[in-house]
Amino acid sequence: MLNWANLVSQLFNGLATGALLALIASGLTIIYGTLGVLNLAHGAMFMLGGYAGWVVYQWTGSFALAVLGASAFLVIVGAILELVVIRRFYGRPGEDQILVTFGLGIVIVELVRRAFGSLSLTLPAPAWASGITSLGFMLYPTYRIALIGIVAAALLALYFVLYRTKLGLIVRAGIEDAGMVDILGVDVGKVFMVVFGIGAMAAGFAGAVNAPVVSLTPDGGDAILIETFVVVVIGGVGSFFGAVLGGLIAGEILSLTSMVDPAYSQFALFAAMTLVLVFRPQGLLGAAGRE
Amino acid sequence: MSEHDDSARLSRRSMLKAAAAGAAVWPGLTAFPVWAADHPAIGTWPAGSAGDSVTIGATVPRTGPYALQGEDELKGLQLAIEHVNAGDPLIQAISPKTKKGVLGKTVKLAVADSEAKPNTAVQAQTNFITQDKIVLMFGATSSAVAVALNKLADREKVLYIVGISGSNDTTGKDCARYSFRQCFYGQTAAAAIGPVMLKAYGKGKKAAYLVPDYTYGHTVHQSMKDFLGKNGGWTEATAQVAPLGAPDYSSYLLNVANSGADVLVNINWGHDAVLSIQQAKQFGVLDKMKLVVPYQVPFLAREVGPDIMAGVYAATDYWWTLEDKFPLAKRFNAAFKAKYGYMPEWGANNAYMQVALWAAQVEAAGSFYPPDVIKAYESGATMKSTVGDVHFRGADHQLVRPVVIVQAKAKKDMKDPEDYWNVLDVLPGEPLMQAADAFGCKMGSPT
Repeated sequence: MLNWANLVSQLFNGLATGALLALIASGLTIIYGTLGVLNLAHGAMFMLGGYAGWVVYQWTGSFALAVLGASAFLVIVGAILELVVIRRFYGRPGEDQILVTFGLGIVIVELVRRAFGSLSLTLPAPAWASGITSLGFMLYPTYRIALIGIVAAALLALYFVLYRTKLGLIVRAGIEDAGMVDILGVDVGKVFMVVFGIGAMAAGFAGAVNAPVVSLTPDGGDAILIETFVVVVIGGVGSFFGAVLGGLIAGEILSLTSMVDPAYSQFALFAAMTLVLVFRPQGLLGAAGRE
Repeated sequence: MSEHDDSARLSRRSMLKAAAAGAAVWPGLTAFPVWAADHPAIGTWPAGSAGDSVTIGATVPRTGPYALQGEDELKGLQLAIEHVNAGDPLIQAISPKTKKGVLGKTVKLAVADSEAKPNTAVQAQTNFITQDKIVLMFGATSSAVAVALNKLADREKVLYIVGISGSNDTTGKDCARYSFRQCFYGQTAAAAIGPVMLKAYGKGKKAAYLVPDYTYGHTVHQSMKDFLGKNGGWTEATAQVAPLGAPDYSSYLLNVANSGADVLVNINWGHDAVLSIQQAKQFGVLDKMKLVVPYQVPFLAREVGPDIMAGVYAATDYWWTLEDKFPLAKRFNAAFKAKYGYMPEWGANNAYMQVALWAAQVEAAGSFYPPDVIKAYESGATMKSTVGDVHFRGADHQLVRPVVIVQAKAKKDMKDPEDYWNVLDVLPGEPLMQAADAFGCKMGSPT
């Protein structure tokens, strides 16, 4: 469908899709940058956020509380996982870390399947953002427009924590050189736990705010995880701004390619990643030599 | 195990049975020359059926976008095996010679998660063949898995009964001597639902298609497009091909919204169908276009809900309210609901029927020797089913069976919490079916 109305529609849609990917990817990239652990359970955290939001919504009937509850729950889940499992893997080879987080992801998905079944669940959009809005050139779900704002606010909050607080300073220092931060007398262990919690929270928050857009299934995080990895690679591992830029690029690639031939949108995403890996292996905004 | 050992063991077993039952058994034995020492070993035969039990290997998706449908298939399969082993009257109504088990042997089940991926399914079934010496494979959802298992069945000479698979390739281009399908061709679905669409929406309409990117999606898309174009002058406004398990359909739906189509034909399956329909509603697409689901998706109406689904047409294998018409369906529903707590969807019914029909063929052949069972299938004998009389077409191993046309009910018309679809018509299968070789089916040799 190559026409102006569709082009503008798809550009806008790419922004909406990309914003969400940026938020999920920022959680993944902070964890990897600071802890050096590639968290393959990140998709499961995203999914868990959706289910946690659904549960809170059943209790309270409030969408805002559902999102807050899901975020808080995921901070706790993330911190516990770091304390009980991830912490034991910092000194181990990368393959071990990948295997254990991959395994954790499966465990979380199957626990959710056991508790909720495979029948999908829906979380309604808040009343103030339900329905369809006409943007002149297209009709767009009101909630998806609101979602761009919600995600932008969350990214801004994350930016504030990372760049305007002492914790953020330590985290960013940890991304550059965790060993040096340790030598300087910072309790790196505690910081790592908090970082893993924040990373999980970003995924959980994204899962909860995305819930009204999709219907929840236990496997809902799988496909997102893959796209998120691509975003991190494009943007640059460990770079918060890279995650944001990568997310927006990925969103636009998925949306714009689908205009020409939707069967190629996934292909185009991976092709873009390959190009980045060939010509700028550290990612668009990544620093060379960073682990 | 060599064929010699086996026949020796079997005759020892027969003698033990004879001793227990008395001399009267002997004339019966001579009337059934089933041990047929002249057959060379083939596939898992005779090793797989040498003991007191035989095993079926099942690969269904238990994770991923088709998990719900796979779990339903598995339940139908488990119920069928339970019924076969108990000699339940419902199985006997379909397979009259069944006593307890199949040829007196208890049926066991080995299960693996296929993840709806061909490689995973083939690997799991290969393990079942070598380790469990399975006599029968079951499984599918997706058709890509069915096609892969077709090839495995022919190569390993192990019979395969297809689970959910609507692709034209399954009993068409990729048909297999060792494989048999109960649910109909996508082409048959198109021939059944097409006239309903033309009657409801008129001629010369524009259709947008949502197409999952594998054999099922592509063949059903082709069949629908051909039928509607040829018989109603419909044109294609756009076809949106999406990968299985796409996390979001927004970009596809914007293309659909901007295509100027009158009707949205959604060929997506499993959770992909649920998500794409819910999002089509969010994007206002369903306010502008009529939705049609050519091949009904189990659980779709439960998950999406009557508010969105009301009025949608679909072709299906089975819907539980057929019990008003078919007594066997009523008995099947009752048994299924008693065990699992909900009315069966068509995946469960398909699995149950496939096992029952297989049991009937083995009993008719009087042997697990695969070429004999294939011969029984290919004889085209008429059998009872939960949707009336059916028979297998020998040339492509496709069951000739009625196609059920349904329309989703509005909430106010539902007489029961599970009363999602209204059965509009039960069409005889034969007139809807293309010639057996129309999709290029060429069978291999049974031996």
